[in-house]
Amino acid sequence: MKAATYDYAKPLTCDEAIALIVPTGGMGKFVSGSQSLGPMMNLRLAQPEMLVDLRGIAALRACRIEGETVTLGACLTHAQIEDGKVETGTRGLMEYVARGIAYRAVRNRGTLGGSLAHADPAADWINTMCALDAQFLVAGPGGARVIDGGDWMAGAFTTALEADEILTGVRFARLSPTARWSYYKFNRKPGEFAEAIAVFIDDAARGVCRAVIGAIDAPPFAIDDARDLLRDANPQTSCFDAHLEAAGIEAGSYEHEVHRVALVRAAAAIRNQDGKAP
Amino acid sequence: MSDAFIKTIELVVNRAPVVDRVEPRTSLADFLREQRMLCGTNIGCEQGVCGACTIDVDGVPTRSCITPAISCAGSAVRTIEGFDDDAIMNELRAAFSAEHALQCGYCTPGMLMTARDIVTRLPDADDARVRLELSGNLCRCTGYVGIVRAIRRVLDARRARAAAPLAAAAATA
Repeated sequence: MKAATYDYAKPLTCDEAIALIVPTGGMGKFVSGSQSLGPMMNLRLAQPEMLVDLRGIAALRACRIEGETVTLGACLTHAQIEDGKVETGTRGLMEYVARGIAYRAVRNRGTLGGSLAHADPAADWINTMCALDAQFLVAGPGGARVIDGGDWMAGAFTTALEADEILTGVRFARLSPTARWSYYKFNRKPGEFAEAIAVFIDDAARGVCRAVIGAIDAPPFAIDDARDLLRDANPQTSCFDAHLEAAGIEAGSYEHEVHRVALVRAAAAIRNQDGKAP
Repeated sequence: MSDAFIKTIELVVNRAPVVDRVEPRTSLADFLREQRMLCGTNIGCEQGVCGACTIDVDGVPTRSCITPAISCAGSAVRTIEGFDDDAIMNELRAAFSAEHALQCGYCTPGMLMTARDIVTRLPDADDARVRLELSGNLCRCTGYVGIVRAIRRVLDARRARAAAPLAAAAATA
């Protein structure tokens, strides 16, 4: 199908972009790569009356590491992250995740911020940012604000972002040089949205041992203290089920099986790094 | 075309500057096929999954069905028609023919775009990587074995050519 009719503008600053979207009264949408919104508009699941393209705003591509804090601009493409064009401070985690998003042609245009604002629970960045405990940087008519990671996503495809607000970037603590991570995604075909995602970040130097159960038709489920999962090498008699239950996954279901497999394999991947660099 | 939102865009299509009027909702694929009469780009799923519409935008493969033409103002777009004199594409075309890597041909323009990206970006790709990179291009008739073999053939030939001067230098040393 073809998208319904809409107007289009490509401003050069966030202020201009917001000034363009406010008069649409919630019927306009910001867009960057259009790799999620584009399909939804072609299927007419989304019919915005106005698209404000953010790709002309240089500030949204700015990335920096100041001290131990990483800030990444929302309009970075997945391919730029995959290719190491920016320093992410995640010891290769984001580069690894980027390589598994959809397909190269999609990664060339799709963006970090677009994916996060779309908030598909089965997408990669929403779960990766949860593991990194990232904050979301937002600009709106009333100025800038910061949304904590736990408050970003209210449910599938629903974020704390107002219709006239722009996600400008994300901010998180840089992983320390001894940090370890693992990321396991279950999908039947490479590039599909995941049926299950599990992420671990074990950064003892910062006192962080965090895991995420993702792709659960809800916001990512964060396990703030995941040390028990890394200690327990026997998934059959272990604490894995307790965390899956806490995440709201019904025991005995197909979903339970695939999420458990993802969590067990991601934990094993961390354990296998013992004594060597990740 | 409903006129309300029509805008004029300038871009480069197959190395020629183009000025045209588009509705914002017109996809790059529809713009190329219906306004520029470049029908080599095929449209399959219109949701970014099948890869048939993959073309080159600013030097990288891009899904033209989910990319509005208007968002490509100022860009350089290259469709399959723009690769007639491209050495790598000609090598790939010969390899696709030799390895029976197409049957109905509908997926072929997109397959060639992805294949060219694999050959140029990942010259050391093994078969598993070729298959992974091809996962975004669906073929519903020939199957993938011939396509993988065709890309393998070009990768191997380019590697052999790259190594040949080194081997010759070693022989004379």
